[in-house]
Amino acid sequence: MQRIGVFVCWCGSNIAGTVDVQAVAEALKTEPGVVFSTNYQYMCSQAGQDIMKQAIKEHNLTGVVVCSCSPRMHETTFRKTAAAAGLNPYMVEIANIREQCSWVHKDMPTGTEKAIILGKAAIAKVNLNTPLTPGESPVTKRALVIGGGIAGIQTALDIADAGFEVDIVEKKPTIGGKMAQIDKTFPTLDCAACILTPKMVDVAQNEKIRIFSYAEVTDVKGFVGNFTATIKKKARYVKEDVCTGCGICTEKCPQKKVPNEFNLGMDNRRAVYIPFAQAVPKVATIDPDHCTMLKTGKCGVCAKVCTAGAIDYTQKDEFIEENYGAIVVATGYNPISMDKFDEFAYNQSKDVITSLEYERLMNAAGPTAGKLLRPSDGKHPHTIVFVQCVGSRCSACDEKGKEYCSKICCMYTAKHAMLTRDKYPDTDVYVFYIDVRTPGKSFDEFYRRAVEDYGVHYIKGMVGKVMPEGDQLKVRASDLLANKQINIDADLVVLAAAIEPDKSARPLATMLTASMDTNDFFTEAHPKLRPVESPTAGVFLSGACQGPRDIPETVAQAGAAASKVIGLLAKDKLTCNPCVASSNEIMCNGCSSCANVCPYGAITYVEKEFRQPDRTTLVRRVASVNEAVCQGCGCCTVVCPSGAMDLKGFANNQIMSEVDAICK
Amino acid sequence: MQKISRETLIEKAKELLQNGTVSSVLGWKAGEFSYDVTPATFNSVEELEKDFVYNDFCGANFSKYLVKATIKAEGKILVFLKPCDTYSFNQLLTEHRFNREKVYVVGIPCEGMVDVEAIRKAAGEGIVSVECTNDGLVVDTLYNGKVKLAEQDVLLERCKVCKSKKHVAYDELLGDEGEVIESKRFDEVERLEKMTPDERFAFWQRELSRCIRCNACRDICPACTCEQCVFNNPKSGVENKAAANSFEEKMFHIIRAFHVVGRCTDCGECSRVCPQNIPLHLLNRKFIKDIDNFYGEYQAGAEVGSRAPLVNYTTDDIEASDAVRKGDGENA
Amino acid sequence: MQIENKKPLIVAFCCNWCSYAGADLAGNNRLNYPAEVKIIRVPCSCRVNPMFILRAFQRGADGVILCGCHPGDCHYTSGNYYTRRRMALLFSMLDYLGIERDRTRVEWVSAAEGAKFAATMNDFVEKVTALGENKRLEDLRCKK
Repeated sequence: MQRIGVFVCWCGSNIAGTVDVQAVAEALKTEPGVVFSTNYQYMCSQAGQDIMKQAIKEHNLTGVVVCSCSPRMHETTFRKTAAAAGLNPYMVEIANIREQCSWVHKDMPTGTEKAIILGKAAIAKVNLNTPLTPGESPVTKRALVIGGGIAGIQTALDIADAGFEVDIVEKKPTIGGKMAQIDKTFPTLDCAACILTPKMVDVAQNEKIRIFSYAEVTDVKGFVGNFTATIKKKARYVKEDVCTGCGICTEKCPQKKVPNEFNLGMDNRRAVYIPFAQAVPKVATIDPDHCTMLKTGKCGVCAKVCTAGAIDYTQKDEFIEENYGAIVVATGYNPISMDKFDEFAYNQSKDVITSLEYERLMNAAGPTAGKLLRPSDGKHPHTIVFVQCVGSRCSACDEKGKEYCSKICCMYTAKHAMLTRDKYPDTDVYVFYIDVRTPGKSFDEFYRRAVEDYGVHYIKGMVGKVMPEGDQLKVRASDLLANKQINIDADLVVLAAAIEPDKSARPLATMLTASMDTNDFFTEAHPKLRPVESPTAGVFLSGACQGPRDIPETVAQAGAAASKVIGLLAKDKLTCNPCVASSNEIMCNGCSSCANVCPYGAITYVEKEFRQPDRTTLVRRVASVNEAVCQGCGCCTVVCPSGAMDLKGFANNQIMSEVDAICK
Repeated sequence: MQKISRETLIEKAKELLQNGTVSSVLGWKAGEFSYDVTPATFNSVEELEKDFVYNDFCGANFSKYLVKATIKAEGKILVFLKPCDTYSFNQLLTEHRFNREKVYVVGIPCEGMVDVEAIRKAAGEGIVSVECTNDGLVVDTLYNGKVKLAEQDVLLERCKVCKSKKHVAYDELLGDEGEVIESKRFDEVERLEKMTPDERFAFWQRELSRCIRCNACRDICPACTCEQCVFNNPKSGVENKAAANSFEEKMFHIIRAFHVVGRCTDCGECSRVCPQNIPLHLLNRKFIKDIDNFYGEYQAGAEVGSRAPLVNYTTDDIEASDAVRKGDGENA
Repeated sequence: MQIENKKPLIVAFCCNWCSYAGADLAGNNRLNYPAEVKIIRVPCSCRVNPMFILRAFQRGADGVILCGCHPGDCHYTSGNYYTRRRMALLFSMLDYLGIERDRTRVEWVSAAEGAKFAATMNDFVEKVTALGENKRLEDLRCKK
């Protein structure tokens, strides 16, 4: 039998105004298990807490019921008080007689009657409470960063800087991501490569960081502090540790007609290639879809010219398993496909291009060596039309576009327009926009410079149609401010395509049991207060996988995610919520229903030996709950037909005793 | 279809025993009367020849017996399963209740089993013996002498509305592969749904108040294989045993039906064994009908490893209030 | 009828993260609802076993309401989706047994919906009051 103390709080007049606290304390005195009952003006005050501590010691209490405000308010307070007096904190229950009683009822008799019933329910529950101790689980002091763009790079560098090991898994042959493809960065116009490539080198040279390039995460098991990831290292048919990156193979390979994805297919690469000069790791990769040797077994030129002997046509995909304490998702974004936007003639004319393609055209290492030339005929364009919001800010019913604002397009379009006018004053540059959104440090100043100093024609309105005619593009658009239709004969049209999460994000979210929104962006644990954590403990978010963002924001978020990871890895042990499910093995049927509904994968099955009454041993399959993973929702307890699964702190008999107390 | 004979089954069992495929056979043997055959284990050819029985009264679903039998058995167990039994067999496998490796399933075709209660109604009290012949049943009674009955007229309720002649699990099949068939099994549920709530309440009050809490329905149910049943567990809070008033039975039967939602294959054993003839299957069928209606057709046990509707969801499932109202629309 | 002066007894199961907080908010905003409503806190609506609901009716509750986070907002990602299925089937079964359908309800109430919580409770109590005492599920032995 418990020895329960009841403490009724007045909360000044907040409770005492509508509830006769004295009567409540008196009425609850005779409830089963109650050995002490009192009331006080402010139970949460130091004096109130002292009354509780003293009573626990004096009356040898084994349980405490506080009739006060909501447990969401002071449950932690009173648990700490009880613990300070040597009582297990989970032996405290709160009867909510303020928010759910005195504040919603008007007259004293009603409020008092209800408060007594709520108190009885809490007492009935405490009678069945058992002391709970939070479990502990160890932490593997290594982090996994999925994605090697600027978000992943910055996160990895920051984590490594704090002294923890980090692995970066990048699906492309090199890290660098989208930023490596970008020419200049707004609003300072410094060259992207100049600020990114030193960071890539830092990553390569950091002893704490390992790079798994041309690799993918194929499976993740475990839980916060104890993840096990399976990484698939795709065969690149080049020995990574032998290749010197000299590039001779990429010059001699006879297969010259492979579209170069780094330049978005605007020029060709060989079947064996290094994506770009500053690639990290600087190692060649053979493209199995185009390599004649791998396809037909005849060729072998690269192996012949490779002085290091790095080519290995027999290489196979390799799977490795690694343990991690934390995982950072940095899978980034892609521009959406322009296939559905026929009105802009993207698929009809080579001279209608996306902004990222324009970025490559402007880049000194791009297909035109930085000269602005039309993709169709290599001539210098004189009239360039930029179209903003292509696929962004679409109505919900529009199936080809996205509802959200892609955020970065206004700024990069201003950058493109400005750079074009700066380098080629002989060009006419038009920008069609719905709104120009420039809320960032020095952003609006930048945009205004484009308009005012560089003479870019900003026209509010959308382009209705682009029609290729001869070697020109007839652009039909509306000018909303002048309220008229306008036609422009353009040489080049640049579309600011909306951005979307990388396709690899969805299966990854499933693997991590991390949630996503309808657009496949990862959701955060709390949009305002926990913006870099996913709702799944131990999984963090960095960069555009969470929503459109520019480079400074991405780097800031990468650092924030890293600091969260560091905070986690700095701990030797994690404390777990003790209110978790547990299975009574004797009653468990091993039917798997509980495991099927568990949102966290916390339930596994083990073969367990049981001694039978006839002294034989029987091996049965029974459920086992990983207390470090279980979050205590209790879903499993209801699907369990035998009632073997129960939830600590909210056990079947506890809830039923509350029901009984209320229904008496 | 040619009916399967006792001899065919004995021959098959003998063959499998003798060539060492199995070490025991789960079958039927005669009880006090010819109509109360009893499930039994046979370990030798001699036992088979002496006691093995197979007739129109062999309705028992053997799937559940495998849970305990496979633990004890040294070698494989031969079990004869009718099409409807195989669904329970699969469902139990889905729930990992026994080791498939320890069972050899011989699927036997079934044209329906007869109900001794129906015979009693048709032929009168005082049944001395029932002979199952190729053209019907010959019932010898104390008061009415010999009465001839057609099998079709005295089938078990579940056989009248048979849902499948297809074996969904077997190692070997005697006869031809059957088909899942169009069944009228929900007609009675629909009839009840069309009543007013007061009429429905009166109906169930009448039926369930006859319950004597003998637990036969639970004990025979192939979905009720819990290591410890909640109704036997004093800690569960629902363990009351004696029938005290009407509520007791409602609570018992609602909880029991809810525990087997999505796991019940509608084998009809609960109603077959109920000594008070309560149409318990109408509770389970209501759940099955609702599941089909709300979440798409689902037959428990049709496939091993399928996810039961209650351990599954879609984000646009019907709301509880709409689910209750949906019955209204059909009533109108 | 004697029902007039007897007040109904309502048990409300509220999930800790949304509906219980919603009920607290109703209190913060001093939004009245009948004192007949007694709230039991559960971690998630999916913690509510049909047995608890039947138990409440057995012991003389006149109505049982279950409140959880809106679908898609579950603190445990998917708990309320399971709740929805279980309660759809359970309530349909109770209806099939002739139990008045207005005695049971599932309502999604977020932590921000204090007003909805109060309105829901007012409406539910009104409906249950109209039905009178629960005679069909109570257990006379449990009466004192």
